[in-house]
Amino acid sequence: MIDPTVVDLSRLQFALTALYHFQFVPLTLGLSFLLAAIETVYVITGKQIYKDMTQFWGKLFGINFAIGVATGLTMEFEFGTNWSMYSHFVGDVFGTPLALEGLMAFFMESTFVGLMFFGWDRLSKPAHLAVTYLVALGSNLSALWILIANGFMQDPQGAVFDPETMRMHFTNFADLVFSPDAQAKFVHTSIAGFVCGAMFVMGISAFYLLRKQHREFAARSFRMAALFGVIASLAVITLGDASGRMDYLVQPTKLAAMEGIWHTTTPPAAAWSLFAIPDDKTQSNLISIGVPYVLTPLVAHDLSSPIPGVVELEQAAKPRIENGIKAVIALKDYGTTHSPSALATFHKYEADMGYGFLAQRFAPDQDLTKITPQNLPTILNKTARSTIPNVFVEFWAFRIMVALGVAFLIIFAFCAWYSLRNEIERRPWALHAAMWAIPLPILTTLYGWITAENGRQPWTVYGWLPTFQSASSHTVGYMIFSLIGFALIYTVFIAAELYLLFKFARLGPTSHASPAEPETVTAGFGKPGYAENPWQ
Amino acid sequence: MTLFVVLKIIWAVLLGGLLVNLAVMVGMDMGVGTLLRFVGRNDAERRTALNIIGPHWDGNQVWFVVAGGITFAAFPTLYATSFSTFYIVMILLLFSMILRPVAFEYRSKVDVRSWRESWDWAFLISGVVPMFIYGAAFGNVLQGVGFHFSWDGQYYQDESFIWYILNPFAILCGLLAVALSIHQGGAMLMIRGEGDIARRARRFAVIGGFVGAALFIIGGIWVRFIAGFAFTQPVNPGMAPTPLHGPHVVMRVGALMDNFHTYPAIWLFPAIGLLCMILAPIALLAKKPILGWWLGAIAWAGTVFTAGAAMFPFLMPSTTDPSQSLTVWNSSGSAYTLGWMLAFSAVFIPAIIIYTGWIFRVMRGKVETSAIAKSDHSY
Repeated sequence: MIDPTVVDLSRLQFALTALYHFQFVPLTLGLSFLLAAIETVYVITGKQIYKDMTQFWGKLFGINFAIGVATGLTMEFEFGTNWSMYSHFVGDVFGTPLALEGLMAFFMESTFVGLMFFGWDRLSKPAHLAVTYLVALGSNLSALWILIANGFMQDPQGAVFDPETMRMHFTNFADLVFSPDAQAKFVHTSIAGFVCGAMFVMGISAFYLLRKQHREFAARSFRMAALFGVIASLAVITLGDASGRMDYLVQPTKLAAMEGIWHTTTPPAAAWSLFAIPDDKTQSNLISIGVPYVLTPLVAHDLSSPIPGVVELEQAAKPRIENGIKAVIALKDYGTTHSPSALATFHKYEADMGYGFLAQRFAPDQDLTKITPQNLPTILNKTARSTIPNVFVEFWAFRIMVALGVAFLIIFAFCAWYSLRNEIERRPWALHAAMWAIPLPILTTLYGWITAENGRQPWTVYGWLPTFQSASSHTVGYMIFSLIGFALIYTVFIAAELYLLFKFARLGPTSHASPAEPETVTAGFGKPGYAENPWQ
Repeated sequence: MTLFVVLKIIWAVLLGGLLVNLAVMVGMDMGVGTLLRFVGRNDAERRTALNIIGPHWDGNQVWFVVAGGITFAAFPTLYATSFSTFYIVMILLLFSMILRPVAFEYRSKVDVRSWRESWDWAFLISGVVPMFIYGAAFGNVLQGVGFHFSWDGQYYQDESFIWYILNPFAILCGLLAVALSIHQGGAMLMIRGEGDIARRARRFAVIGGFVGAALFIIGGIWVRFIAGFAFTQPVNPGMAPTPLHGPHVVMRVGALMDNFHTYPAIWLFPAIGLLCMILAPIALLAKKPILGWWLGAIAWAGTVFTAGAAMFPFLMPSTTDPSQSLTVWNSSGSAYTLGWMLAFSAVFIPAIIIYTGWIFRVMRGKVETSAIAKSDHSY
C-alpha cells in the first residue's frame, strides 16, 4: 500500500501539470484552424492584409505553442514516472492511443509547424496553405487520440482483465476508438478550443478597435472570429449536453455529483439546481434553488427516467464491494497457487474486481483476508462512501463551466451582430466585453477538466482501478522535489509567455503599418540594423 | 516460433530503432544547444546557429515523445517501471528538456542581453543534461537496477537514486552520449553554417567524435568485468507477458558477453559503431560534413544496438530480485496491441521519414546571418 500522502501529492502534481498544459492546448487547437481559415482567404483573394493577419496571429500562435509543447513533454512521461501501477495495468490499451498520437498527429503538427513559420519564402502559396492545414489537422488529431485515451479512463471499452498477467488486455481497437464517451469528449473539447481561439482573436482585435489602431486589420479579424465564435459556442454547448448524457449512461456517480442529487429523483418534476451548497458530510444541499421539470429531460432525454442519487448509488455499490472482495482474494490466491478453483471463483466475481480493490484501503492492514463478519459492515459503509466523488467541487466546477459557456454565446452573438451591421466601433461596451473575456474560455476549459476528472474519482479507470492504487511507490521527499520544480519552472514559463503575448499584441501587425503608427515600425524584434550591432 | 514471439522480437528491434532515431535527431539539436555558447561569440552568430535547426527541432523532438508513447504501448511494464525507478533522474531530464521549446521560441523575441543570455544558458542545460541522462540510463540498465514487484504488479524501488548518477560506468555512458551529440550537432552546424561558426563547430565536433570512440573502447573493455544477467532455466519466449513469475535468473560477471559468444555475427554492431565513430570526425576534417553526419548517425545505431544485443532478451534486469527482471518476453504488450501498433507504424514511420526529409530539402542551404534579422519568424 502506498503512502496516502504520496498518492495525494502525485494527484496534485498531475493536476498541476495537466492544468498548466491545458491552458495552452485549447488555444492551439482553435488558433490553428483560424490561421488556416484566414490564410485560405489570403490564397483565394491574394490580398496582402490576409497574409499579414496570418503572420501576426501566427506569431502569437507560436508563443503559445511553445509552452504547449514543453508542458506536453511532461505529460507523455508522467504516467510512467508517477503512475506506474496504472501504466502497468492499462498500458496495453491506454498506451496505444498515446503512441498513435505521437506517430500520426504530434509528428505531423510539430514537423510542419517549423515549415509554417520558416517556409513563407520557400513554398508556393497553395503549398504553404496546405502546410498550415496540416498543422491544424495534426493538433486536432492529437487531441482526438488523447481524448480516446481519456475516454478509456472514463468508460473502459475494448479491453478485458487478464488474471494471468494481472493487467488489462486490449481486445477491440474499434471499441476503444469509437467509444461514445471518447467521441463526445473529443468534439466537445476541440470545439471548446475553437471558442478559446475565437475569443483570443476577437478580444485582441477589440483592443485595437478601441485604440483606433490597425482598424482594417482588426475589423476583419474581429468579424471572422466573432462568426467563428458564435458557431463554436453553440456547438460546444450542444456537444457538452452529449457529454452529460454519457455520464448519465456510464458514470452515474459523476452525474449525481455534478447535479447535486443526493436522493434518486422522482420524475417528471425533478428540478435542475441553479444554485445550491452541497454538503458532502451530511449528504444534503444546504440551500437549493432549482428550475422544476428541467433535470430529467436534460440528462435522460425523456420525462420518466429516474436520475440516481448519491445515497442510492452507495447502497447499490455494497453488493458489488462484497463480490469484489471475493474476486480480489481469489485473484491473489490464483497469482501464487495457479489453482483452477481460485480462477473459477475469480471469474464468478470478476466484474466487481475494482470494487474489491477499493475496499483494500479500509481493510485491516489493507489485507482483504482479514475482513470478518464483524468488521464487514463498517468496511462496506466506508468503501461505499468512497465511491462518490467530492460533490461540492463537482457541482460548482460544472456550474461555473456552464455559466461561462452561456456568457460566451451571448458575447459572441452581440459582437457578430454589431460587426455584421458595421456598428461594432460604436459599441465600446461590446469591445470591452470581448477584450476582458479573452482568458475566460481558457478558464472554462480548466473547469471542464475538473468536472470530467474529479467526477471520475475514486477511479483512474472507472470501475476497474482505484486512483490510490495507481500511483508509483515514491517517497514524500521525491514528490516534494518534483512538485516544487514543476511549480517553479511552469510559473516562469507562464510569466514569460504573458509578457511576450502582451508585448506583441500591443505592437500589433507590423508590416503594413501606416505612418500614423510609427511605434510599430521601429519596435519589432527583427528591426533592421540589429545584426550590425552585435554585443562584442 | 509463434506470431506473438515474432511480434515481441520485431518490437524489441523497433524500440532500438526508435532509441537510435531519438539519439540522432534530438541529440543533434541538443549538441547545437550545448555548443551554442561556444560556436556563437556574439548574438548574431548565436541566432544563426539556432536558425540552422530552427525549422526542424520541433519535429525532431517528437522522436522523444514517440519513443515514450511506443514504449508505453509495446512494453507497458518497462515504461511503468523504468521511469518510476529512475524517478529523480527522469524528473531532472524533464526539467531540462522542457526548457528547450520555450528557449527556442522566446530567446530572440526580446532584445535585452540578460534575457537572451539566460535562454542561452537554458540551451546549454537542456543540451547536456538530457543527453547525459539518456546515456547514463543505458549504463544503469546494463548493470541492472534495484526493484521488485508485489503480487499485484506494483513495483518497489530498492535503491537510492544517488547511485544512478554516481555510478562510474553510467557516467562513462553518459559522457559517451554527450560526446556523440556534440559531434552530431557540430556536423549540422557545418552543413548549414558558414565561416566562423562552421570552423568552430568543426573543432568541437571532431573532438566529440574522437572522445566518443575512446569512451566506447573503454566501455567495451569495462563491460567484461560487469555482472550481467543470465537465465538458469529454459525460457518460453511466448510466455504471457508478466514479470511476476518468471524463470530463475542469476547475476554473473561476463554475462553481457554471452550473446557475443553464441552469435558472433553481432560483433558487427560494435565494429560498425566504432569504425563510424572514428571515420565521422575524419570526414569532418576533410570538410565533408554531410558524410560525417551520416557516419555519426550510423555510429549511434552501432552503439545502441551493441547495448541491446549484449542484453537481449533483458530490457531492465533487477539486481535485488533477478528473477523479476524485465525482458522482451515478459514485459511486452499483448499480441493484439503489438499487431495493431505494427500496422500503424508500417504506415506512419515511413510517412514521417518522407515528410521530414522533404522539409529538410525545402529548407536546405546555408543560413545567412543577414537574412535572419530581416525575417519575422527567425529564432
